Amino acid sequence: MKSRQERLIALAMVAPSLVLLAIFVYGFIGQTIYVSMSDWGRGAALALDPDISFIGLDNFKDLFTGFLDVRFRQDMVNMVALSILFVGGCLVVGLVLATLLDQGVRGEGFFRTVFLFPMSLSFIVTGTIWRWMLQPRGGINVLPTLVGLPRIEFAWLTSREQIGRWNWQDVPTLLGLLLAVVFFVLAARWWLAGARRRAAAGGVLAAAALVWAFTAATKIEVLPFPEYHGFNLALIGIVLAGVWQMSGYTMALFLAGLRGIPDEVREAARVDGASWWQLYRHVELPLLKPIIWSAVIILGHIALKAFDLIFVMAGPDNAATSVPAISMYLTAFRGNQFAKGAAIAVVLLTLVSVLIVPYLVSTLRSREEN
Amino acid sequence: MSARKVRWTRVWIYVVLVLAAVLYLLPLYMTVATSLKAPADIRLDTAWEFPRALHWDSYRTAWQQFSPQLRNSFVLAITATVLSTVMGSMNGYVFSKWRFRGSEIIFPLVLFGMFIPYQSILIPLFQFLRSTGLYGGLPGLILVHVVYGLPITTLIFRNFYAQIPDDLLESATLDGAGFFGIYGRIVLPLSVPGFVVTVIWQFTQIWNEFLWAVTLTRPAAQPITVALANLAGGQAVQWNLPMAGSILAAIPTVLIYIFLGRYFIRGLLAGSLKG
Repeated sequence: MKSRQERLIALAMVAPSLVLLAIFVYGFIGQTIYVSMSDWGRGAALALDPDISFIGLDNFKDLFTGFLDVRFRQDMVNMVALSILFVGGCLVVGLVLATLLDQGVRGEGFFRTVFLFPMSLSFIVTGTIWRWMLQPRGGINVLPTLVGLPRIEFAWLTSREQIGRWNWQDVPTLLGLLLAVVFFVLAARWWLAGARRRAAAGGVLAAAALVWAFTAATKIEVLPFPEYHGFNLALIGIVLAGVWQMSGYTMALFLAGLRGIPDEVREAARVDGASWWQLYRHVELPLLKPIIWSAVIILGHIALKAFDLIFVMAGPDNAATSVPAISMYLTAFRGNQFAKGAAIAVVLLTLVSVLIVPYLVSTLRSREEN
Repeated sequence: MSARKVRWTRVWIYVVLVLAAVLYLLPLYMTVATSLKAPADIRLDTAWEFPRALHWDSYRTAWQQFSPQLRNSFVLAITATVLSTVMGSMNGYVFSKWRFRGSEIIFPLVLFGMFIPYQSILIPLFQFLRSTGLYGGLPGLILVHVVYGLPITTLIFRNFYAQIPDDLLESATLDGAGFFGIYGRIVLPLSVPGFVVTVIWQFTQIWNEFLWAVTLTRPAAQPITVALANLAGGQAVQWNLPMAGSILAAIPTVLIYIFLGRYFIRGLLAGSLKG
């Protein structure tokens, strides 16, 4: 039996790690939140014992509605666009490669190695290489000329083009619409599952959100003047490099998932006369669903945190490809505006937590049940 | 399905796979080709041509220019890997075999530390290092990598040790072995693959890390990632040098991947809580 004394020894052995993490993770996050609600910056920025006063949520208000912080808002738009394209790209490429490799091809080990090797590089190396690949007058753009085609005319990272422009003043309306869509989807799913009462409640909420979006929401003055944001085409180059580096990861995840499907399941489907596509679509893909979700979460949080790759590919000062992770660095460590930098960091932490915390809890719980 | 159709399907599978492999290797080819060119031969329109005469000088220059930072990276990565792995092994042992009251709640709190955007702790961390005099040097950076490496190393070892049957431990307890006795006699000898996975993962992560490297070091202690970023980000770049530098910076982790890829992938899957 484990004695009381032995148990105390065990506790003492983890204590240093736990204390360190308590301070360095939770203590420091608390401190960052405090700083984000202060006016620390400017003159007293580098004093060891600076004179700071508490100003509540003003920094956050400035970020989302202050007219000086227009760059932060475009950063947020860039971050969302980058995340969607990067995650989507990795999922599609990884799924295609894993599916092909799962067909019992010769040389599978070789292909796997090739698709996965970029994972062992740093984002800095990847970024340096792709910065060279994406030179407007060289690299990828001249590749078609090798087979006699005209060369590509796209400025990649130096592109200043923006498409799908919309007004930041419309944010409340857009949020209302988003909410309405979410409630509507939930209501539809409940309806299909037979939960009539819940479905009705979801429908009412969706309608309420819709009405709010076009009435009260339009009256909220976010900014005193229109401010346009859109999708910066320069981000495409970043996405390309990111997918090159990380799609091997999704491939490995999906391949492990496909290999985990018992042969009996496939055999049973074949006996029932299922074609390859039917087997894939109705048996294999549904079984991969949990893995696809965890890939979305993991890649999504990597995309939200993207820093190194953009820093080295486009430079931290390139506003067209900037994201909050980069402007936090610039604001706090170049501009010495610690309070505002902390506020950006808190926004980033909130977004990552929304993604990670439910994942962490559900993954650990399902493991306990097994 | 006719045999003929099956054969054509297989041909297409190989065509797509080979094409994809070529696309994945293009950047590698470009890097090697550019790094072996003389600076005067590097022109945008002939960027894809392999150099007629191999010009190795870029590697010599890159080596001379980068050797202090490569040394920093080795010192940093090796020290921080060893420390965080040893601590992770002990933590994993306790969290899997010596659960205490509240350990099921503390464990997810520990894991959360590996997912946070490090920007959210960077300002207090910077202040802390400055006030303790650790800012700017390698010891400070090592400390940071050890602490924030603990969640993943703890996770890998906890999952690894969970596979060791409790009966084995019980019988050792009956023989009079205590906390350290069980660890030394039973757990540690079975841990070799766990150590390999963790060491490889930590070394790769620390070698490749950039955010702390760029915010928490003075030039003398800069790791290779910062030096490479500075070189590539400079104005009027001569591309042979960044390409040769990239290869030097990539060699340690790529070698690990090539020879110990199996373990690398296990670390990868563990990082997404799937290992």
